[in-house]
Amino acid sequence: MGAAISIDYITHHYPGQEAPTLKDIQVTVAPGETVALIGQSGCGKSTLLHMLAGLLLPSEGCVRINGHQVIKPSPRWNMMFQKPSLYPWMTVRKNASLGLIFQGRKTDMRERIDQLLETVGLSEKAEVNVQSLSGGQQQRVALARSLATDPELLLLDEPFSALDAFTRVALQDEVTRLARERGISVVFVTHDIEEAVAMADRVLVMGSNPGTITAELPIDIAHPRDRNSQAFVDRKAELMGYFGATRTPATDKGSAEAEAPTPDTESEQDESSSSESRARVRAA
Amino acid sequence: MNREATLSVDTATVERLMPLLRFADQARRALQYPALGIAGLFALWYWGGWAIGNNEDTMAFASFAPGPTLAAFWDIVSSGAVWSPIESSLYRVGWGLAYAIAIGVPLGVMIGYFLTLKQVTHVPFQFLRMISPLAWMPVAVLAFATWDAAIIFLIAIAAVWPITYATAHGVQRIDPMWLKVGNNLGANPYHTLRYIVMPAIAQDVFAGIRLAVGVAWIVLVPAEYLGVTSGLGYAINDARDTLEYDKLAAFVLVIGIIGYMLDAICVRLIKRSSYHAEG
Repeated sequence: MGAAISIDYITHHYPGQEAPTLKDIQVTVAPGETVALIGQSGCGKSTLLHMLAGLLLPSEGCVRINGHQVIKPSPRWNMMFQKPSLYPWMTVRKNASLGLIFQGRKTDMRERIDQLLETVGLSEKAEVNVQSLSGGQQQRVALARSLATDPELLLLDEPFSALDAFTRVALQDEVTRLARERGISVVFVTHDIEEAVAMADRVLVMGSNPGTITAELPIDIAHPRDRNSQAFVDRKAELMGYFGATRTPATDKGSAEAEAPTPDTESEQDESSSSESRARVRAA
Repeated sequence: MNREATLSVDTATVERLMPLLRFADQARRALQYPALGIAGLFALWYWGGWAIGNNEDTMAFASFAPGPTLAAFWDIVSSGAVWSPIESSLYRVGWGLAYAIAIGVPLGVMIGYFLTLKQVTHVPFQFLRMISPLAWMPVAVLAFATWDAAIIFLIAIAAVWPITYATAHGVQRIDPMWLKVGNNLGANPYHTLRYIVMPAIAQDVFAGIRLAVGVAWIVLVPAEYLGVTSGLGYAINDARDTLEYDKLAAFVLVIGIIGYMLDAICVRLIKRSSYHAEG
């Protein structure tokens, strides 16, 4: 069963910064729902995601998952990052098993991991060192690792942004399918409008300085989604419209890449924003 | 028909010999440069022995030359006299390193992990590190009841720095994302240490141990010049006192060979502990 999330009036100040990074964020996510947070670099979307994961505590307000306040990470909600960040000294199986090992759930671990690796299409690579895998395969291992503990909530921090276009689309569809099959709630951060439309039930547009939710757009297209359908294209255009005031439509990806080499001057201070820039430079 | 039969036998023989030939070729490639280096060292040694032997002032030391030395080497090996000093020396080095690892690794992990501790310890540790371990000799003799303990202390105090700083370096190189992912997967501090930190730094720790072994083996001999009546350092000093220069040189040879072997073991450990994919 997916988790119900309630983000209650979160305001966040990073030390030494005048303006709040996030201001009065209030969002609820229904069990099993997939929500996209989209916005420009530095709007605080990644910060908000880290708060959902319990990796960062807000200055004011709180996150509640199934009514419990989030104060630390838990295997029940799992975060996937831009980089797979697998442990290079372990095999695929060992990497995927870690969550279970940390929880002490070792009894049926082997079968569970076999099943999961089957699901992500890596059965044959189970005993292989992860360093020999491609970027897409590595991210699949990270996905298996995240799913191993049966999380109720999956948090994705631009996990496909460093992958090539084909692998990215394949993984977007795969994660969406798995989350729907298992009824897992998903909150993901992206700067890719197509990704938001492809995966989300609802898109939240974030503005910066201070970070607030500026718009909300339901995506009521049935799964699996055809990216060439009129409804899909319309939703993309609509979403693009929210960024029209600050940037010309249809150049979202290009301008994001162009601004990548400049250091982040905005408020998103955690290290994921700098690795975000690196990932994009690599992708470009 | 006869011809054909001979021919087929020949190809079969050649095919059977091929792996052997290939192995011989690989061995030759792998060994030719080391062999050249060893031959060069021997040539230099031989020339040095010849020069000493032909100089009236130094003629008394002619038995440092390869001929007498190798004869004496064979003598101490075949009589078994070589084993007792080796055993004493390895015992001291082993314990000295064990203490250095037991202190250096946890210390290094903490210095690598806590920036404050690194800053606090920088000046005192660099200060202590630059003091020759042999300078502690009088203190060690006063502080420890036995000579053995004093020597082990000297080895440990020499070996602890490379281990500490190599470990700290390894910890600082840990990808912060590894810790974040571990945290996110619900790792407790024991898990973090056991599954993330230790494997991540293993190679650096062994690289530090390799440096430490080198330092320890060097410190050992002068430390054994004093007080003790066993070990390779003592054996050298004893040979000098009895003017057995061939035996003295033979023990120098033994020290070099064992040192080389200890280093080779460390290199293997470093390779085995590396998580980097081959190639």
